[in-house]
Amino acid sequence: MTVLDHSPAAASLAERLRERGVSRRGFMTFCAVTASMMALPPAMIPAIAAALERARRPSVIWLSFQECTGCTESLTRSHAPSVEDLILDLISLDYHHTLQAAAGEAAESAREQAMRENHGRYLLIVDGSLPGPDANPGYSTIAGVSNYSMLMEAVEGAAAVIAVGTCAAFGGLPAAGPNPTGAVSVMDLVKDKPVVNVPGCPPVPMVITGVLAHYLTFGRLPELDEYHRPLAFYGQSIHDRCYRRPFYDKGLFAETFDDAGARAGWCLYRLGCKGPSTYNACATMRWNSGTSWPIEAGHPCLGCAEPRFWDAGGFYVPLSVPTGPVADYLLAAGGAGAVIGAVVATKARGRVKTEAAVRQPVTVEELEQKL
Amino acid sequence: MSDPMDFLLLTKGPLFNLAITVFALGLAARILEILVNGRRPNYSEARGGQWLPGLRTVLTRSVADSGTFKRAPFNVLVGWLWHLGFILTLLFFIPHIELVKGLLGLSWPGLPNPVVDLVTAVTLVALVATLIHRRTHPVKRYISTFEDYLIWTVVFLVVLSGYLAYNRIINPYPLALGLHILSAEIFLIILPFTKLTHIFTAFIARWYSGASFGRRGVES
Repeated sequence: MTVLDHSPAAASLAERLRERGVSRRGFMTFCAVTASMMALPPAMIPAIAAALERARRPSVIWLSFQECTGCTESLTRSHAPSVEDLILDLISLDYHHTLQAAAGEAAESAREQAMRENHGRYLLIVDGSLPGPDANPGYSTIAGVSNYSMLMEAVEGAAAVIAVGTCAAFGGLPAAGPNPTGAVSVMDLVKDKPVVNVPGCPPVPMVITGVLAHYLTFGRLPELDEYHRPLAFYGQSIHDRCYRRPFYDKGLFAETFDDAGARAGWCLYRLGCKGPSTYNACATMRWNSGTSWPIEAGHPCLGCAEPRFWDAGGFYVPLSVPTGPVADYLLAAGGAGAVIGAVVATKARGRVKTEAAVRQPVTVEELEQKL
Repeated sequence: MSDPMDFLLLTKGPLFNLAITVFALGLAARILEILVNGRRPNYSEARGGQWLPGLRTVLTRSVADSGTFKRAPFNVLVGWLWHLGFILTLLFFIPHIELVKGLLGLSWPGLPNPVVDLVTAVTLVALVATLIHRRTHPVKRYISTFEDYLIWTVVFLVVLSGYLAYNRIINPYPLALGLHILSAEIFLIILPFTKLTHIFTAFIARWYSGASFGRRGVES
């Protein structure tokens, strides 16, 4: 874990929380929330508290590439005072070109300094995808440096890389067909450093901070699934944790956005909900201080935490419907097949007719003579 | 196919297009061939109509007569059970209805999911029973060909993968759904070229028999 030895970064979390007037009770509540968020047993709460109290602020460098700043918005617009606030206060965010006051060369030199001073120890957070090594680097540059060069340079001294948002994790909207900028994900480029994907468009703020909390608490990255997503947050599907699931199980579906079913809060599967194939924490953590989440607001899940959700067919088309122009194939192939069948049969009929015309009757006597 | 979501999108996209093309091409060719070939001309004087006896036979041949039932009750009962289960699941599971609606714009009311789930479970058990019966009954075993086992396997995989996907027994779900769609695509592709064509031709054959009976004045 990164330890910066100049003040105020050197202050431990316990000291900083006391400075901020957070009580011991509030701190323990935060630890309990963190434990439950990460699906850890309650017995771990004191361990988390002890670890966080000792924790020093790690240097974090946040690189924003081809992104919409929605992920930063998600993180910073969470309610205050919040767990997210506390965590952001716990890290030393040394470079984030949306949030930092410095601009131009001063900003870039802050990044370079942080990278130099914390070489091998800083956390690199990336949001946004970037043009791959074979793409035209001119599609996205910062201070005249291509995204690819900047990422590779920053990755070299990083302890770990956290790809925040679906663009950084999987390519996202910039990678949508025909992918004009040749956008690729962080995971596509970084092979020799641990990469944690925190997808979502944007991700739930508590998931971003949960990963940071896990790193601060245990000094290592959380357990990941095959897409490098933390299992604690992406281990269960939206469908399995959806409060509307009983309606799916009963077969009660909204069929339009304003029918009786929609008003009664029935399942949104027929309106295109991708909840069954989407793994994310929205259903349990919800948004805006736990106020609501898309499905609760009456809108089907778009599947934004899954790779290629942007090219997986219409958002309002049910999951079971194929993505291609199948009806066209059906008609064209059916028509062609009918012609083939008719031609084959007509030829056979013609052959029967021809044979009938030229047939030579044979009597039993003639046959017996031949034998 | 580098990950489950890629696999699902492959089965929902290019593979589905391929399967539906082979299915439509093959089936249309075979049906048209049967219809255009028609029947041998019959020059005798008709003793009755053809349409009504034809349609009646389509129905009556679907129900086994008492002699057949007494000789082979297992075939009749279990055969009916799983055919009915398969058709109910295929036509009345809401995601299947949405699929047809998405392709053809046709829609009808569905069955509640727990009902479909139960029917699918019964269908699976019945299908296993038919395989055991086929392997243990000496005559059935003797007349069974590779094609019979192929068809059993494909049908069983379609139903099983659907059951596993619905009950979310295979994880992650995109993999489970992809496997179900893939097995359904294999079903579609082999349908026109195997005994599975009976799904469509059984009724044509029954109508031809009934029509022939009717023309000859035979009670069908």
